[in-house]
Amino acid sequence: MKIGLFVPCYIDAFFPKTGVATLELLEKFGQDVDYPMDQTCCGQPMANSGCNRDAAAAEALFVRNFAQYDAIVMPSGSCAHHVRDNFDAIPQTDEVRHVRRNTYELVEFLHDVLNVRDFPWAEFPHKVGLHNSCGTLRALRTASMSELGETPFSKPMDLLSRVKGISFATPKRPDECCGFGGTFCVTEEAVSARMGLDKVRDHHTAGAEYIVSADSSCMMHQQGCAERAGVPIRFIHIAEILNGTRE
Amino acid sequence: MKVKPVNHARAAEEFIKDAPHLNFHDERLWDLRQKRDQQMHILPEWQELRSLASQIKEHTLANLPEYLEQFEANARKNGIHVHWAADAAEHNRIVGEILEKHGARSLIKSKSMVTEECSMRDYLEPRGVVVTETDLGERIQQLDGQMPSHIVVPAVHKLTPDVAKIFAKYYNTDPNDDDPNSLAWSQRLAARPVILTADAGMTGGNFIVAETGSFVVCTNEGNADLSATVPGLHIATLGIERLVPRMADLGVFVRLLSRSALGSPITQYTTHFHGPQKGSEMHVVLVDNGRSHRLGMEEFWTSLKCIRCGACMNTCPVYRRSGGLSYGAVYSGPIGAIIDPTFNERKYSTLPFASTMNGSCTNVCPVKINIHEQLYKWRRVLAEHHELPFVKREIMHMAGKLLGQPKLYRAAVNGTETALQTLPRFLLYNWMNPWSKNRELPHPVKQTFHSWYKENRLKAQKKGKTA
Ligand code: SF4
Repeated sequence: MKIGLFVPCYIDAFFPKTGVATLELLEKFGQDVDYPMDQTCCGQPMANSGCNRDAAAAEALFVRNFAQYDAIVMPSGSCAHHVRDNFDAIPQTDEVRHVRRNTYELVEFLHDVLNVRDFPWAEFPHKVGLHNSCGTLRALRTASMSELGETPFSKPMDLLSRVKGISFATPKRPDECCGFGGTFCVTEEAVSARMGLDKVRDHHTAGAEYIVSADSSCMMHQQGCAERAGVPIRFIHIAEILNGTRE
Repeated sequence: MKVKPVNHARAAEEFIKDAPHLNFHDERLWDLRQKRDQQMHILPEWQELRSLASQIKEHTLANLPEYLEQFEANARKNGIHVHWAADAAEHNRIVGEILEKHGARSLIKSKSMVTEECSMRDYLEPRGVVVTETDLGERIQQLDGQMPSHIVVPAVHKLTPDVAKIFAKYYNTDPNDDDPNSLAWSQRLAARPVILTADAGMTGGNFIVAETGSFVVCTNEGNADLSATVPGLHIATLGIERLVPRMADLGVFVRLLSRSALGSPITQYTTHFHGPQKGSEMHVVLVDNGRSHRLGMEEFWTSLKCIRCGACMNTCPVYRRSGGLSYGAVYSGPIGAIIDPTFNERKYSTLPFASTMNGSCTNVCPVKINIHEQLYKWRRVLAEHHELPFVKREIMHMAGKLLGQPKLYRAAVNGTETALQTLPRFLLYNWMNPWSKNRELPHPVKQTFHSWYKENRLKAQKKGKTA
């Protein structure tokens, strides 16, 4: 299987380590991974703000970059959600449909497609709180949602719990949104920052040393809130833990 | 004159500044959400109920004219006077005329969002009708000159000391006595004489049954029953979407309503009105006020399934932190954000953006309205109708162009030393400023992933090839 790696703009610019970890991790499982150099963005910021037509160029480019791969993998739930569920600023050709059908967020790719559960190289002797971003939780359904009363399941937990030395802290409101929400974080700054603060406090009170997530954008926001308010908590992308980062 | 869009963001910012109110509001509503979850876990058939409720509502809405006529015919047989109101003005006029015919000067009413929607009090009061809300929360809001901030708990944004102050002003009670029991008592003492001497009573209605020509009112305070039965004249204002076909359908909704709203198995009072009491009159006003227009909106008509339980508001993290009044509309929270623009697209153009679209609202909605997907669709409609602020529109336009051109994009990212300095500038322009008001910016990095890959992988590949 030929994999195209998509590294969203935020990760490219602010969290390159997450991109590296994603690449290395996929390679550790013997995957043939390419990173198309001409990639930019999946179009989500424009589409989410209602400016769907402005997303067309980015979406078309995305398809040009990734149409040739069997699977497109990205360490970002909300981007995967956009491509899969809302990627319609451009005509839906066979190529576009192929790209949409074969786009995966990293955790679901590892869990559902590669079916891996063991990370013998990974050790993370810390107490972590898992942040299920809304993009992974409710849009991609990588874990059960409290509102539906489903039998509990969690793909990220299935993977993380195999890491040596790791322990978990459970916040009081495990699946409340952290307030990032794309452009919401800027247009509704006050609510967004408050939600982020509540989120990091919830994790901190539960005893987490780290917040781990499959979405860098949520963590970028939460980290900003934690640092400003002086909440002593650190952030790490799930790809880095699974790839064996110890910190 | 052009109407100005509601500034939800600014109002929310004000609300957030007040820590005691914010914390109470967030925790009280979160508590309701948790109680709702407990109820859901008790009923294994919860999801089945939701599907059923959704199907019944969709079926009814798809056949609304027939069912409304059926209701009208049966209600008339029951001795109910049925009126049709195309809009708010007509509703108010009809109510005014009924009251006038009876020489009614004082009206007691139980909470009804439709009358709020029609601004009925503002119409009746200058015409010499004294309107008294009998629901405790609604009465507090009436005295304070505010709209309800929540469709189920209208004064949830207030703390007991706030209520004590309001009651002191109107009921001459002790402004420092903020004991909830004594506050409730002062309301009771003030309301009883008004109820006993009122000329007319008014209620809303939670469900209308076509088959029987009857309607159902659910309350926890019993005030609707007093409003409906003590005076000899009962006027009920009903939104046409409240209809269900058969008596047998009601069980589904009654089981869902209070569990979703307050996490209690049923409302304290669930009263069925089939017709007037002996010697009195009953009027029903069926209100459209934009509903049939909404029914014709392909992407938004299912919002009419709403049974007004408020669960979407209770679960909404934005609503809990911004308070209902920040929405500047009769209907606030997630459901408000998708129906308010149908009343006035420009005025409420900001509301679909007052959401992170996390989807929790959709999951709790007992009638399965895809609220967050409608929020997403509304954004498109509003952007296309140019209801977005100019700056935002332009930035998205620029960003869209740039992100479609990899060479330009890379040049922009690599243009200066670090990505931190450039990315926000070109992607979000002057827009990143609000970010840093309450948050630190992300830390600069030495190298983007893109250039790391170029250096560590592409070069290595090339070397490998030449070797
Ligand atoms: S939209 Fe759904 S959850 Fe919200 S008030 Fe209506 S019925 Fe309740």
